Amino acid sequence: MFRRIVIGLALALVLGLGGFAAFAWRPSIAPIARPAASDFSADLVARGAVLASGGYCATCHTTRGGKPLAGGRAMVTAFGTLYSTNITPDPETGIGNWSEEAFRRAMHDGVARDGSHLFPAFPYDHFTKLSDADVHALYAWLMTRPAVAAPARSNALPFPLGIRALQAGWKLLFFKPGRFAPDPAHDAAWNRGAYLAEALGHCGACHTPRNGLGAEKRDAAYAGASIDNWVAPPLTGANPAPVPWTSDELAAYLGTGISRFHGTAAGPMAPVVHEGLAKLSPEDLKAVVRYVASLGGGDARAAEAAPVIAKALVADRSSLGPLADADARLYTAACASCHYNAGTQPNPLRPDLALNSAVSLSDPTNLIRVILYGISAKDGAPAIVMPGFSGFSDADVARICAHLRRTRTSLPPWSDLEKSVARIRAEGRGDY
Amino acid sequence: MTSFRINGRPVTPSFPDDTPLLWVIRDGIGLTGTKFGCGIGMCGACTVHVGGRATRSCITPLSAVDGADVTTIEGLDPAGQHPLQKAWIALQVPQCGYCQSGQIMQAAAMLADFPEPSDRDIDAVMAGNLCRCMTYIRIRAAIRQAAGELKGADSHG
Repeated sequence: MFRRIVIGLALALVLGLGGFAAFAWRPSIAPIARPAASDFSADLVARGAVLASGGYCATCHTTRGGKPLAGGRAMVTAFGTLYSTNITPDPETGIGNWSEEAFRRAMHDGVARDGSHLFPAFPYDHFTKLSDADVHALYAWLMTRPAVAAPARSNALPFPLGIRALQAGWKLLFFKPGRFAPDPAHDAAWNRGAYLAEALGHCGACHTPRNGLGAEKRDAAYAGASIDNWVAPPLTGANPAPVPWTSDELAAYLGTGISRFHGTAAGPMAPVVHEGLAKLSPEDLKAVVRYVASLGGGDARAAEAAPVIAKALVADRSSLGPLADADARLYTAACASCHYNAGTQPNPLRPDLALNSAVSLSDPTNLIRVILYGISAKDGAPAIVMPGFSGFSDADVARICAHLRRTRTSLPPWSDLEKSVARIRAEGRGDY
Repeated sequence: MTSFRINGRPVTPSFPDDTPLLWVIRDGIGLTGTKFGCGIGMCGACTVHVGGRATRSCITPLSAVDGADVTTIEGLDPAGQHPLQKAWIALQVPQCGYCQSGQIMQAAAMLADFPEPSDRDIDAVMAGNLCRCMTYIRIRAAIRQAAGELKGADSHG
């Protein structure tokens, strides 16, 4: 009897494993000779270039200061560190021997040319919505880039997370393959924006929180999340910015990197604006703005802005002068020369901290990061710099944050600020 | 490799990316009008302009100014005749002089944002520039005089 149970269990295990293996198995797609640049029309390549910018391919597939698209950028996740791969057309170490069919399968189904499953750090859960025509243009652009020989770095994922076949199970649970389907309740411009934001720009990859297995929570789309040691704020009505994100402010922010009320695009958002959205056509950028504005409903709250701005400018002046409050003195000496505003409107190049998103988020990470590490000329507002105050003690950075939170908002104070500063200092500046 | 323009001239200094801009300006490019004070962005002696904005160069890493326009006290006016520089001389603002290039650069950026600064504006924006000789009263007077000259130039120009 016992023997029968053991044999039965063993058989079930073998069958189960065999069944899973069969389920997880994907065929290899035959390698091809690297296509010649002349195989693709200039128009197609140009269209692919715009799409590649709008999908930020190079942002993740390039290391800081490295050759474009040659991969190697570390992506630190809760599951371990993954390294982006070489997507230049080098046949040995890149994707030069991938046919268009293989490339399309990777984009739409998350499967590499050799049949192995890709990890969802590569956002194929978004790219699956891309049209065949756009994937075709992206392929043309990638295949006409300079080839770089750069072997992939091994991922540092603990067992069993590194087993690619298990990704088939992840896909079964969380992945819905399929092209973008327009929502008939909205017009063409909105749907174009939704396509660009969801299929190409994969906004949700950062702005949607993920579950315990790393999949975006479908019932919490765009609710805000922590990513790459920064906070991606909510894009929904839950966004706590004091001035509503109207279409005008989103257009300014996504189009130029600055919103006069919300601040500048820093951290991982900086390349999204300056290397990505900046390359889209004006109509496409408008469509993205249209879609994102609809997520938060800011336009309906536009009238809230004026009194909030007036109040902010008063708060701005409260920290000045030879005050008894040591926190205010620290703020005045370190911050006011650039952030003080007079008059009735803040100067966009003097970001008003009573209005700035970083001060009103429930998590102080972004504010601490910007204070410690600053914003370079290529990020944020173009061609100007915020220096980094990493020479300050953890206590002093915490005091500035606490002071701003206390005097500029009516939100609850941040707890354990000094510890947060120490942690963020230990994390280092990172890639941004 | 970081490239930028300093006083209009393109430069590609070979320093590590995290070198403070101040070191690059003084030791690499050889412009010594910009001074080292505290090294943590709390005294203003190292103030230069990046993209026209007053910026503490001692805490700005070289990599941060890639592609930017940097102006130092040497480049504020080709002949050293910026209205602030003229007012500084007329009112004999400096005592020891060490902080003054930073004061002037900060004040020049301020007048671009606040062409007719109130005392509160001056206090708020200039509070980050320390002067151990206590020339603050003369600094304020010189800023007002320069603002007047700039305004006159505007209305007559």
